[in-house]
Amino acid sequence: MIVAQGLTKYFDTFLAVDHVDLQVPQGEVLVLLGKNGAGKTTTVRMLTSILRPSNGWAKVAGYDVVEQADQVRASVGVLTEHHGLYGRMTSEEYLQFFGSLYRLPRSESARRAKPLLELFGLDEARKKRLGEYSKGMRQKLALVRALMHDPPVLLLDEPTSAMDPESARTVRDAIARLRGQGRTILLCTHNLAEGEELADRVAIIQAGRILIHGAVEDVKRKLLGPVIYEARFAQAVTQAPAGLPAGVSFIEARGDALIFQVENPTEQNPDLLQSLMSQGLRVIAFQEVSRSLEQAFLEAVRNHGEVQNA
Amino acid sequence: MLDALRPSWVIIEREVRDQFRDWRIIFPIIGLTVVFPFIMNWTAKQMLDFTSEYGASVIADRLVPFLLMVVGFFPISVSLVIALESFVGEKERSSIEPLLNTPLKDWQLYLGKLVASTVPPLVSSYLGMTVYLSGLAIRGIALPDPAIMIQVVLLTTVQAVMMVAGAVVVSTQATSVRAANLLASFIIIPVACLVQWEALVMFWGNLSTLWWVLVGLVVLTALLVRVGLAHFQREELLGREIDVLKFRWAWSVFCQAFTGGARSLPEWYRQVISSTLRRLALPAGIAAALALVGFMVGMQLVERYPLISEGLDLSQAGGNLNQLLEIYPLLGAASAFGILWQNLRVLLLALVMGIFTFGVLGVLPLFATMGVAGFLSAALVGSGLSIWSMAALLLPHGLLEIPAAVLATAAVLEAGAILATPTPGKTIGEVWISTVADWAKIMLGLVLPMLVVASLIEVFITPHIALMLFGG
Repeated sequence: MIVAQGLTKYFDTFLAVDHVDLQVPQGEVLVLLGKNGAGKTTTVRMLTSILRPSNGWAKVAGYDVVEQADQVRASVGVLTEHHGLYGRMTSEEYLQFFGSLYRLPRSESARRAKPLLELFGLDEARKKRLGEYSKGMRQKLALVRALMHDPPVLLLDEPTSAMDPESARTVRDAIARLRGQGRTILLCTHNLAEGEELADRVAIIQAGRILIHGAVEDVKRKLLGPVIYEARFAQAVTQAPAGLPAGVSFIEARGDALIFQVENPTEQNPDLLQSLMSQGLRVIAFQEVSRSLEQAFLEAVRNHGEVQNA
Repeated sequence: MLDALRPSWVIIEREVRDQFRDWRIIFPIIGLTVVFPFIMNWTAKQMLDFTSEYGASVIADRLVPFLLMVVGFFPISVSLVIALESFVGEKERSSIEPLLNTPLKDWQLYLGKLVASTVPPLVSSYLGMTVYLSGLAIRGIALPDPAIMIQVVLLTTVQAVMMVAGAVVVSTQATSVRAANLLASFIIIPVACLVQWEALVMFWGNLSTLWWVLVGLVVLTALLVRVGLAHFQREELLGREIDVLKFRWAWSVFCQAFTGGARSLPEWYRQVISSTLRRLALPAGIAAALALVGFMVGMQLVERYPLISEGLDLSQAGGNLNQLLEIYPLLGAASAFGILWQNLRVLLLALVMGIFTFGVLGVLPLFATMGVAGFLSAALVGSGLSIWSMAALLLPHGLLEIPAAVLATAAVLEAGAILATPTPGKTIGEVWISTVADWAKIMLGLVLPMLVVASLIEVFITPHIALMLFGG
């Protein structure tokens, strides 16, 4: 649904995006992570046919972003970083206006707007001028605007950044539902917990280059090493057990727990447990140590910095 | 076609509605539509009474249409503010990006904003003029000549569109309303001068000149709209940092365009200059045609203004020339340099005039110079000089000088055409620097060497031909 190959953008001599390759199949969410100025917005603007790539190509919803720009724009719903609403309009007028630009009849715009405004809790404020809206309300209305023409692809830049926790939850649930409806979503966020919750895939961008791109767990494994498991025992343990199965490495002992790194959990975890118990250790718990996307992101950014410094 | 205009109509509808919700636009427009014309009525009455005391009715006659123009102009000045707000304000508030994400085409958005910024002030202007004229009729003051009224209405309309079209060009070079307001002086000052000049013409009572002004303004407005359309692109509206002056970048753009990647002078002539010359074929053809027309117009003018030919006695020319050369030692390097400098100054003037009028006024120096040459040639031939002698006086240096002037003018025409042509991926600044570099290529690579040789011929050969011909 979204494919980019060697996507590059120069502003005069400044290289903003450097040979970006992306692939987001239909019905998946790709979370694009990166520091400010990493090239996320420029990438999104190329995918929405606002900026022309200096090199490379991209297709969105099957349309080429350069050759079929109109079709791309008609197929994409975009939530921009700055919502840019018109303060003297009401939300009803605003959505009618954008509906007209997507060539929706007035009655159809009204029909589509109503459930969306209700979903995001804006129904009661529909006659209010947008200048009186709070930041969160504006952000939700901008999201409604992006959904008005029922696009198969959504490009969302920081969709919950200005929202209270309740509104943010509503939006996250809505995004999950949209993915369930088969929409392809590219999400730029600095909220890594949110990214982890919603992402099928993740791409980390730094200085215009994609450092890593893939399924969330694959990315974590690549950046943080094999999965880590913690075994807790009925007694305190101080040293590494002998005769560990191949592919399992001991990391450390923590009071009544031992920490291991396992290359292939499906095959090696049963052997590991058997080995521990055969040594007389009474296992009372065995669980994966969760590693956040945030750790992976920081690791990626740090490694990139080291590579650059080297 | 109507279907393609529908999105523009949606933009117009929204923007006009938005304007009428802003008291900062409403109050001035109401004031200028309703209150201001009455003040002008009162002023007209006072002035008429005053001038009639001294029998200066002609001043009063000219004052009434002048005040009509003032009544019409004040409301349209608001269009500039609306346009800057509409084009740059949206950029500054980032409300333009959601618009750019829709399937709206660049020209549809441009047209919508252009019309929305122009029409409400224009309607206000028409209403104001109607109120003013009604006031005159009620007070029993004679209405101006219908032709002047039509001229004022048309000039007001064209000026409104011109200011908005100019505002769009300004907007492409600004990311904030503040920056745009600073740049707006490039519109306000020329338009203020224009209105003063129109007022002078009106008091002078030369209606035909005002028609020509109108034609000129229509052409300039059309070019401004074309330039605005060429540069009102999504890429330019969002993708660039344009508020900072980057000398190093500008210099590198210039050098790149100037050298064209050539590594040696022969390669530069072989590849860069030859390809530039090929590009200049059409503008060079136009410039040559204009030079010919200028020459012929000059020849025609001899019949209307036979001042020189009547008093010219060629039999004395040889002796006079000898005397002149004795008093002023003209045949030297200093004279050659003087001629060269004069020619270069004229061609630089053509560049300056052309670059601000998209090439249009850049042809004037060539046209005028050829007109003078035609006038003098016809005058001399009319006084008995044979065509062959005339050719012998003109052609030795003219064979280089005229093509050089044609080439330089063609480069200016080309620069104007490029500025008014869509150039995806380039800003106005970048295009402007590249066109100046193109002009510089032609000037340094061809025109300057040709002019140097021509000036040497004109100083060291042409006078001797003249002495031979006139028997000095």
